[in-house]
Amino acid sequence: MTLAPETTDLKVQLALDGDWFTVCDLSTLLPGRGVAALLPDGRQAAIFRDRSGELFAIDNRDPFTGAAVLSRGLTGTHQGRPFVASPLLKQRFDLASGQCLDDETVQVAVYKVRTA
Amino acid sequence: MTATPGANPTIVLVGHGMVGQRFLEALAERSLTATHRVVVLCEEPRPAYDRVQLTSYFSGKTPEDLSMTDMAFIEDHGIELRVGDPAVTIDREARKVTAKSGEVFDYDVLVLATGSYPFVPPVPNKDAEGCFVYRTIEDLLAIEEYAKTKATTGAVVGGGLLGLEAAGALKGLGVDAHIVEFAPRLMPVQVDEGGGAALLRTIEDMGLSVHTGVGTQEIVVGEDGAVTGMKLSDGSELATDMVVFSAGVRPRDQLARDCGLTVGERGGITVDEQCRTVSDPHVFAIGECALAADGRVYGLVAPGYEQAETAAATIAADEAAFTGADLSTKLKLLGVDVASFGDAHGTAEDCLDVVYSDSRAGLYKKLVIGRDGTLLGGILVGDAEAYGTLKAFTGSVPPVSPESLVLPAGAGAPAQLGPTALPDEAIICSCNNVTKGTIRGAVTEHQCTTVPEVKKCTKAGTTCGSCVKVLGQLVNAELEASGVEVDKGLCGCFAQTREELYEIVLALRINTYQELLDRHGREGARGGDGCEICKPAVGSIIASLAPTIGASGYVLDGEQAALQDTNDHFLANLQKNGSYSVVPRIPGGEIAPEKLIVIGEIARDFGLYTKITGGQRIDMFGARVEQLPLIWARLVDAGFESGHAYGKALRTVKSCVGQTWCRYGVQDSVRMAIDLELRYRGLRSPHKLKSAVSGCQRECAEAQSKDFGVIATANGWNLYVGGNGGATPRHADLLAQDLSDAELVRLIDRFLMFYIRTADRLERTSTWLERIPGGLDHVRDVVVHDSLGICDELEKLMADHVAHYRDEWSETINDPEKLARFVSFVNAPDTPDPVVAFVPERDQMKPDLPLLSIGMRPADVLEGSAQR
Ligand code: SRM
Ligand SMILES: Cc1cc2nc3c(=O)[nH]c(=O)nc-3n(C[C@H](O)[C@H](O)[C@H](O)COP(=O)(O)OP(=O)(O)OC[C@H]3O[C@@H](n4cnc5c(N)ncnc54)[C@H](O)[C@@H]3O)c2cc1C
Ligand code: SF4
Ligand code: FES
Repeated sequence: MTLAPETTDLKVQLALDGDWFTVCDLSTLLPGRGVAALLPDGRQAAIFRDRSGELFAIDNRDPFTGAAVLSRGLTGTHQGRPFVASPLLKQRFDLASGQCLDDETVQVAVYKVRTA
Repeated sequence: MTATPGANPTIVLVGHGMVGQRFLEALAERSLTATHRVVVLCEEPRPAYDRVQLTSYFSGKTPEDLSMTDMAFIEDHGIELRVGDPAVTIDREARKVTAKSGEVFDYDVLVLATGSYPFVPPVPNKDAEGCFVYRTIEDLLAIEEYAKTKATTGAVVGGGLLGLEAAGALKGLGVDAHIVEFAPRLMPVQVDEGGGAALLRTIEDMGLSVHTGVGTQEIVVGEDGAVTGMKLSDGSELATDMVVFSAGVRPRDQLARDCGLTVGERGGITVDEQCRTVSDPHVFAIGECALAADGRVYGLVAPGYEQAETAAATIAADEAAFTGADLSTKLKLLGVDVASFGDAHGTAEDCLDVVYSDSRAGLYKKLVIGRDGTLLGGILVGDAEAYGTLKAFTGSVPPVSPESLVLPAGAGAPAQLGPTALPDEAIICSCNNVTKGTIRGAVTEHQCTTVPEVKKCTKAGTTCGSCVKVLGQLVNAELEASGVEVDKGLCGCFAQTREELYEIVLALRINTYQELLDRHGREGARGGDGCEICKPAVGSIIASLAPTIGASGYVLDGEQAALQDTNDHFLANLQKNGSYSVVPRIPGGEIAPEKLIVIGEIARDFGLYTKITGGQRIDMFGARVEQLPLIWARLVDAGFESGHAYGKALRTVKSCVGQTWCRYGVQDSVRMAIDLELRYRGLRSPHKLKSAVSGCQRECAEAQSKDFGVIATANGWNLYVGGNGGATPRHADLLAQDLSDAELVRLIDRFLMFYIRTADRLERTSTWLERIPGGLDHVRDVVVHDSLGICDELEKLMADHVAHYRDEWSETINDPEKLARFVSFVNAPDTPDPVVAFVPERDQMKPDLPLLSIGMRPADVLEGSAQR
């Protein structure tokens, strides 16, 4: 007989207007890869988990192309800071601050994220 | 109405072309935009764009790509840019300019940068429907529209630099193109008779028809008033559906004439060395509309830029003067190498020529040398490799003998003229007037370590691009010289090259990226998350060695999934709006009607855009992430598999119809192409791999442009390697002749595995072959004569690959855990991404681009460079 799987899997939540919005189970996040989430106001967030288990969330829209694809980029570490590279034209964005590392005038929104 | 002048003095710029834009940048650099009101009157319907690269519109650049105007720059500097509102009159007495809109602007300084207009010879019917000029984006759009809908033949009047570009463009549009040149040779201004002959040969080989020594007398029109032909001065008539005039340009100085500014006898607004008009200290003229103090009107962008800087400096009360400029040019027409520089025609007293000419090969090279050995100028036709270096040496005595500079490689020892031999004053980038000294300074003083950084810092290489190669050599040489060890490492995470990492993975049987990073990465990178460069590169190494090192051969398994570029991660190609394209394998391009019908049905059912690709198969575009598995399921069901259009892997093996049907064929090229495609499918490599098989030497499959190409002979097969289409085409080299089927396959096995083992990341076989020491001879020694004794291992590695191949699409649709990743949103898996939307076009659909453009900004394609 197999045991019923843990139903108390941790949830990933984003801070939206003071509330915590549940996005998915922690286990759906593959280290080094992102997922996209649809927010109640129609915006999209890209959520990532790094190798050490830390979570990050930024706006999913790539400001250079307009496409909602940042969740599908490759992640990495640049001078100790986590980043994702847009899969379209390869600009990198700091996951913690949303700052574009290849153009100081560009930034994407970041969301607070936690597990609960 | 008069616009209220603010407290600040006003600068009005008339004309927002390339030079006008540079002038604005020069104003901003000198902070004049902060102390002045700046108004720009721009006649064209769009702000400044790159006219020099105009023709690249026909190779896929959009008007947006060509734009040189960053709207943020305009806004940040408070520049009032009035697009589509030209100046119509100038009142110098009252210092007012009236624009077409009726608005009047007071000025303290007026700068005219109105450029040129194309000269159209006064022949009858020159304005008929079907007659065009070649100057603006609007001209190109009109030419394109006409060529596509109304023309099969086109004639270009004028065989100069622009005429050839225009003719190349017509040909690119599928129009039969003729060039009519009054002078006895093409490009009469730049090249001499010998060069003209070589150029003629090359141009004719490209399929363009050239008529020299004849003038255009009349444009012939049909009953509907549209062009049907052209009467020439030798009495003949040329049938043509359209005419593009490219017979030179004239300065646009009418506005200046009308307000009484002095203009030259042959046109051009007369200015002094500060670019100030000789008639009025408040008015400047720069760029192609100006008659410079040296008595010339310059039709090139580089002198215009210098004039823009000079005028801005003068306005800022700095010292500057424009006294003349260099007229070097390199033709940008795809497929023709022509360059001329310095005193190309040898007009200096007592100068001597050194000429190498081989009209059979379309080669002609001439250097003009002064008595004391100074290089004065030259002409290169057919091979302009040395242009950048030679141009930079102009004006000095080169450190090697002149012969060695023009002899082709192989004929005598070619000179290894490194850019290090250049003097600091040598101009490397003539478009932007950047010297070697400035570039060195960028590296030594401004800590630039890469070409993009140096471009940004010095502007070198940002215009026509012809100097970028020398720029790269110079930056590396400088880094090495200044003791900065040129880091040959793959990226910021690994100090090893791709080849070294391959050896480590193979020897130590390392089968995870993390292990490689933590054990062999750079100190600071260990334990980290790597970067977007090494992850796919290592992912590819692990994939090509998978069976041998005990890794899963399935790229989405475990950790490997996180290493893949988005294309590999979704087993499809990402498109600009976030949707994907799907390309099933069609081995050798052979497909049965039933399968064609299936593709049609699937595309119809999912609403996909379909197109026959350049690789002899069918691409279906516009699939949303969540549709991919459903589409694959249908395809797999009908017997299709992934075509790996997304991977750095084998793409297609194209074939011609061959012996079976073709009266000339000597072998069954289709069967061989299918065999090869099925053998090497799924093979991950440093860059994509392409192949083709032709049934005879007529080469309908274009095998000689492939990484490995096969051409049938009466006795078997010839194998060619290292061919490339794309941006830098290269003809493949013959590796071995008259091979049997088995010999052919064995040789390709070895060749591919040797390439995968030793190439750099993103290095096609063509660049690899040219880079590795010993080149083709070395590769032949290794793979044909087994000089390193590794052929058994190479064959074994390939046998492993072939035995373990599995289709990635069917693996994925049969794996629920993997399938869960193919959703639009993790919290709303069935809600389509609202940004992915389509609008109809030509019976199908295309991405809804305006939807994307909200918040979009101009950007370059970056080739990521984490931590470097
Ligand atoms: C679909 C297709 C154009 C078409 O509509 O015909 C195409 C489309 C793309 N090509 Fe291509 N190439 C296609 C045939 C070619 C050919 C012709 C051929 O293969 O015979 C060439 C020249 C031959 C060659 O490669 O030597 C070609 C030279 C390139 C290059 C330049 C490579 C080079 O070495 O310079 C790139 C850029 C790159 O790979 O870095 C490129 C890249 C691309 C990419 C992947 C660009 C991208 O990253 O988005 C395009 C994506 C396709 C997609 O989304 O599905 N494509 N591309 C053709 C697909 C063939 C196929 O069935 O797989
Ligand atoms: C196809 C092509 C290829 C070329 N290739 C090269 C090359 O390889 N190398 C090179 O050095 N040069 C090349 N040139 C030439 C180069 O483009 C010009 O030297 C350069 O653009 C000159 O810049 P400009 O600002 O003086 O003129 P333009 O770029 O022509 O700009 C002048 C602008 O002023 C506007 N204007 C005119 N009158 C008015 C008015 N009354 N009010 C408001 N606006 C007005 C015009 O509409 C135009 O937009 C090429 C040109 C073409 C057409
Ligand atoms: S390459 Fe030769 S065999 Fe093949 S189609 Fe062309 S002419 Fe026929
Ligand atoms: S020479 Fe044209 S960009 Fe440098």
